[in-house]
Amino acid sequence: MTYDPDVKYQKSHEWARKEGTLFTVGITDYAQDSLGDVVFVELPAVGKVVKKGEAFGVVESVKAASDVYAPLSGTIVEVNSKLKDDPALVNKEPFGGGWFVKIQASNPDEYEELLSFTEYEAFVKGL
Amino acid sequence: MPIQYPAGPIEEHRLVRRSAGLFDTCHMGRIRMHGPGSFHLLDRLLTARLKDLPVGFSRYSLILREDGGVLDDLFVYRLGEEEWFIVVNASNVEKDLAWFQNWASKEGSIQVEDLSSRLGMIALQGPRVMELLGHVAQVENPSLIENVSRPNIGGVRAEAFGTEDLSPSQTRLAGQGEKSAQGSWTPPERFGWSWVWIGKDGSGGERNTVTPGLEGGDKGRQRREDMRESTGTGRPAREGPREGAPATPGVRCLLGRTGYTGEDGVEIFPPWEDTPTVWNILLESAKEAGIEAGPAGLAARDSLRFEPGFALYGHELSEDVTPVEASLLWACDLEKPFVGRDAVQKRKAEGPKEKLVTFVMEEQAVPRAGYPVADETGRTVGRVVTGLYAPTLDTFAGNAFVVSDLAGIGKTIYIVVRGALKKARVVKRPLYKPAYRS
Repeated sequence: MTYDPDVKYQKSHEWARKEGTLFTVGITDYAQDSLGDVVFVELPAVGKVVKKGEAFGVVESVKAASDVYAPLSGTIVEVNSKLKDDPALVNKEPFGGGWFVKIQASNPDEYEELLSFTEYEAFVKGL
Repeated sequence: MPIQYPAGPIEEHRLVRRSAGLFDTCHMGRIRMHGPGSFHLLDRLLTARLKDLPVGFSRYSLILREDGGVLDDLFVYRLGEEEWFIVVNASNVEKDLAWFQNWASKEGSIQVEDLSSRLGMIALQGPRVMELLGHVAQVENPSLIENVSRPNIGGVRAEAFGTEDLSPSQTRLAGQGEKSAQGSWTPPERFGWSWVWIGKDGSGGERNTVTPGLEGGDKGRQRREDMRESTGTGRPAREGPREGAPATPGVRCLLGRTGYTGEDGVEIFPPWEDTPTVWNILLESAKEAGIEAGPAGLAARDSLRFEPGFALYGHELSEDVTPVEASLLWACDLEKPFVGRDAVQKRKAEGPKEKLVTFVMEEQAVPRAGYPVADETGRTVGRVVTGLYAPTLDTFAGNAFVVSDLAGIGKTIYIVVRGALKKARVVKRPLYKPAYRS
């Protein structure tokens, strides 16, 4: 199980990477490992406004379909179009090429409420 | 059987299509029926024609209720004129056993035995399977054997499927020393079965005593040690048979050239306690021979059986469905009487209200079992029974029961995915032509 020390996490297994007021969002290595082979990712339209904790997309593996929850409130400004042709990127590079969306945060302070990687690691070990 | 192994279901699927995969199918049911009158009884209970099924072959069949509902689908092996080996779905073992036993009890002369915990079951599937078996399998050709009459499965001949030890006189293969393992492997024809010995190659083609697998248990270990002693040479059998010494040819298994993946392959039935040993021999020998092979799980099994158009009980088949809706009339011999035939003929004449179709998604979405099927207005016209990513075709596809007027090839249907209508097209089955069908 790998953890990226440079991102923050929420307990529904999404991560957010801060780039100014823009945040890149994806699912964690633990999440992709639990889901198994990802075959499809349903992403929102650019421009969609999302609220923290709200489902903004669906990741479908061979086993199951799972909602993906926004770690921050804001507007979707970009989606990872590569996932359309290569959804397995979510399995191969969960913290890199397998990112889902970029959110222009409406309340960047929400980032501070997320878990650090050590907190998230401890949480996962307790599961 | 786990849902998947570390390689993941898509890679496991591809491995079976390109080389060889092993499935631990021990969860399935294995039933033996035998005794005078068993042909007559089974011929009445099974939809398939049995009168032209020779000893040495197997066949797919259904068993039906009187009202035509499908109780189960199964494979029946003819072991003797009046001896049968029946492989049924795991979820239906109890029901099927009760069904067979209830009918057999009216006859008195027919025995029905549950062998599910006495025999294991491994499916070995893929284009390189016969090559792999050439390294480990030896057909029990009656002309090669001394002192062993053609055995029965079950309790009668304990050396194969019981817990008693092999005695030297029963294990001797005549001419063993001169025969190479590869030379004596002749695979059965498609749907044929043989008794085979599975063991690892020795350097000179002799058969080694096999090492019990991790889960072999004390019994298996004990048995192996007895076999070792049975060489009578005072030396471990690993050093190979010597002139006049009985061989230790590995594990004796029933092997059928069958499977449910659309690839060439076999299903192997070793004694329960030796099943991990056979599993390990197959994997290790594949590695040594440079044949790519690995374990495959339930998810890969589902996509592998879906692509060539094979039904799975609980999805395409259930007691609420007759062979008419499920497009399985080919598995029914309507010219003979069988339980459920009248209902099937009636349904066939009336025309079914709904039919099983295969569809491919035209809009990107993952269909799943249980999702509704709709027409363009959103009206529900059916239900998905299998829905998945089909790795060989690299597309999302599935099977659904839909109202008969939308069941034609080329028709547009919509799969309701989380409330949204996603376009799909009804296509011809199979999506993947089985490799052994020319």
